[in-house]
Amino acid sequence: MSAEQIISAPKLIVRDLNFYYGADRALKDINLVIPEKMVTAFIGPSGCGKSTLLRTFNRMYQLYPKQRATGEILLDGENLLDKRQDLNHLRSKIGMVFQKPTPFPMSIHDNIAFGVKLYENLSKHDMEERVEWALKKAALWNEVKDKLKQSGTGLSGGQQQRLCIARAIAVKPQVLLLDEPTSALDPISTAHIEKLIDELKQDFTIVIVTHNMQQAARVSDFTAYMYLGDLIEFGDTSTVFTNPKRKETEDYITGRFG
Amino acid sequence: MPTLLREASLKRQAVLDLLFRNLTRVAAFTVLALLAAIIGSLIVGSMPAIHAFGFGFITSSEWNPVTDKYGAFIPIVGTLVTSGIALIIAIPVSFGIAIFLTELSPKWLRRPLGIAVELLAGIPSIIYGMWGLFIFAPLFADHVEPWINDHIGTMPFIGPFFSGPPMGIGILTAGIILAIMVIPFIASVMRDVFDVVPTMLKESAYGLGATTWEVMWNVVLPYTKIGVVGGIMLGLGRALGETMAVTFVIGNAHELSKSLLMPGNSISSALANEFTEAVGELYTSSLIELGLILFFITFVVLSLARYMLYRLAKGEGRSA
Amino acid sequence: MFDLYTRRRFVNFLTLSISVFTMAFGLFWLVWILWTLLENGLPNLGAHIFTQTTPPPGSSGGLANAIFGSVMMTVVGVMIGTPIGILAGTYLAEFGQRGWLAPITRFINDVLLSAPSIVIGMFVYEIYVSKVQHFAGWGGAFALAIIVIPVVIRTTENMLRLVPNSLREAAAALGAPQWKVITFVTLRGARAGILTGILLAVARVSGETAPLLFTALNNQFWSTNMNQPMANLPVVIFQFAMSPYNDWQSLAWAGALLITLSVLTLNIVARVMFRQKSNTQ
Repeated sequence: MSAEQIISAPKLIVRDLNFYYGADRALKDINLVIPEKMVTAFIGPSGCGKSTLLRTFNRMYQLYPKQRATGEILLDGENLLDKRQDLNHLRSKIGMVFQKPTPFPMSIHDNIAFGVKLYENLSKHDMEERVEWALKKAALWNEVKDKLKQSGTGLSGGQQQRLCIARAIAVKPQVLLLDEPTSALDPISTAHIEKLIDELKQDFTIVIVTHNMQQAARVSDFTAYMYLGDLIEFGDTSTVFTNPKRKETEDYITGRFG
Repeated sequence: MPTLLREASLKRQAVLDLLFRNLTRVAAFTVLALLAAIIGSLIVGSMPAIHAFGFGFITSSEWNPVTDKYGAFIPIVGTLVTSGIALIIAIPVSFGIAIFLTELSPKWLRRPLGIAVELLAGIPSIIYGMWGLFIFAPLFADHVEPWINDHIGTMPFIGPFFSGPPMGIGILTAGIILAIMVIPFIASVMRDVFDVVPTMLKESAYGLGATTWEVMWNVVLPYTKIGVVGGIMLGLGRALGETMAVTFVIGNAHELSKSLLMPGNSISSALANEFTEAVGELYTSSLIELGLILFFITFVVLSLARYMLYRLAKGEGRSA
Repeated sequence: MFDLYTRRRFVNFLTLSISVFTMAFGLFWLVWILWTLLENGLPNLGAHIFTQTTPPPGSSGGLANAIFGSVMMTVVGVMIGTPIGILAGTYLAEFGQRGWLAPITRFINDVLLSAPSIVIGMFVYEIYVSKVQHFAGWGGAFALAIIVIPVVIRTTENMLRLVPNSLREAAAALGAPQWKVITFVTLRGARAGILTGILLAVARVSGETAPLLFTALNNQFWSTNMNQPMANLPVVIFQFAMSPYNDWQSLAWAGALLITLSVLTLNIVARVMFRQKSNTQ
């Protein structure tokens, strides 16, 4: 039974995706469906290609000349990898949060306004509303509402990461890509963010890469297990973790390997 | 008795250690002593002039070896104005070069271009002077200065600053040549600090859909601003002290004129031109006082630059 | 009317084009200057440059005494400045963790590094030339040494810092006293970098004119006496270039080309050498 059959509302459809670092093929014939308004996790041992796959969705690899991708990734029917696809428009629909918190060297308010200003010409009042909305959605508003003018770098690690999430959702994307968002955070901040992800999926399609299997089990609805550039198994999380179809998946899940 | 022998040799090693450490310490002290000696000798040498002119030395624009009346105003203005022109040109150009080297240039081109920039920094000052006087100035006088005279010299407000006979040499020319000399310094520092901006930070901005320029201007530049300012001040320090290039093209005229196209004088060019021929204690002493003023100005600028770069290093530790 | 998106794209295109232009701008000057030097200097370069001494105005000659003087004073200056520089740099890197001497020395060193060289020349004039009442090659060498010292200190300290602590610890664990650890292990490990620093210092002083103006001045004749005014390339170029005589100006161009070629070669050799050594380490 293919993934496309399980999922009734696909947001992203990946077809025959191959990715190359120079001459090395890092992703091999990936076929995958990302369901809408759910959390999909990519798991697998180091070097399996999960981050690489995530970064094809917003074509981040295009910053680097030796990296290229072939195949199709359809977002609502449109192929993202098409050369004619406009990168800036793409990135307004697909947001990304990184492993380490990356607040810009500006005030908290400006951090959030930065992305919005790229696409919309809001009045000062409207912008402030948007900033408040984004911070509330990221569960950060109460902690920073009195210090919006202060630098984003003055916050704690967990707060900074929530700031980055607020920044990403302020532009109202459809998809949110999270690349190991809690790997640099302590367990309490991690728990906060996992709770946040659970709330955010009501509004956004979320894809999360994590090297922490337990996190994937806690947080995601669907899970993809990858190994050495291949997609080994994809399915709903409880099935993948309790009754995996492939032996490789089972070996990884049970810790016999990886 | 082996133990005794070993003890004796250990003791000798300890003495050698002490000797070596103190030797290096003496060498370090030499640096301090050198600075103290330089400042001291400059002050001592300026004493006659300080006694004769006091603070008025800085504001007086007289310079007359015949009547033995000297004032530092013209050379100081010349130094500051030429350095100012140099920075106004050099900062944006260096920023552009740094952007090119870090974001736009293909990887294989980066090393050669970086080396080219550093070669530009290595060309001796006197070469810039010769080239400036014999090649650049005539071309400037024939093709550019008339244009400036006719088009900018006739504009209101800023007109008087840009009108004058097209001689080719003068304050503007000196400023331009200084700019070319200073660009490689500032560009190298900018390139170095841009290079260490964390990739993830830039990718965050790109991920939001920002263009390359928007990333450079809104994220990279603010992130590196302390280092950039430090680099600019280092460039300023170099421009202020530059001697030979400026001497060749500034015109060596002890006149103060509004126009940048006119010749003028800078502290270092005045010293280069007049020091060996100065007769009389007051003449020599005034020149030395000029040197003292120049040293003081560059000292302040360099201290500020070092302070900025020091703060940058501290800040990096914090936000890492 | 441009919408936000088009305007952003346009600004991006404009500024990045300007960036390309500035790069070309910088290269343009480099190429033009080098070309000028070759065009004017090469025709005047010949064996006579190295065999004949500087002529009086209106006659032909060479630059032999100037070349010799420059080499002499550079060598002496480097020989005086390098040991002091290496020792002080060693202090900063190896002994300078506590106390006040190291941070202050570092700061002052940076000031000296970028100080106007003409002030250095004046300083040497004040304490040496005016005392002995004549210009001398020793004065020039001394002034050059003062310029060499900060450069060598800076590179020595940086290179020593790059030597990994594990190397020092391994030597100490064998029971070596500290002075042996430093001289036989650490300094040796940083050898290539320090040598690079010396080469760069030589390149730097080769082109310096101002400090020699007030110390060694110039000498029209061949002289190997360091106690007398000594001919040197930069001051000769200065004098000849500013003169109205064609012969002199031609010699000035030849001298300028010589200096530039030496400086650029030293720079490139230093970089290549350092790159090689650090690759094999």
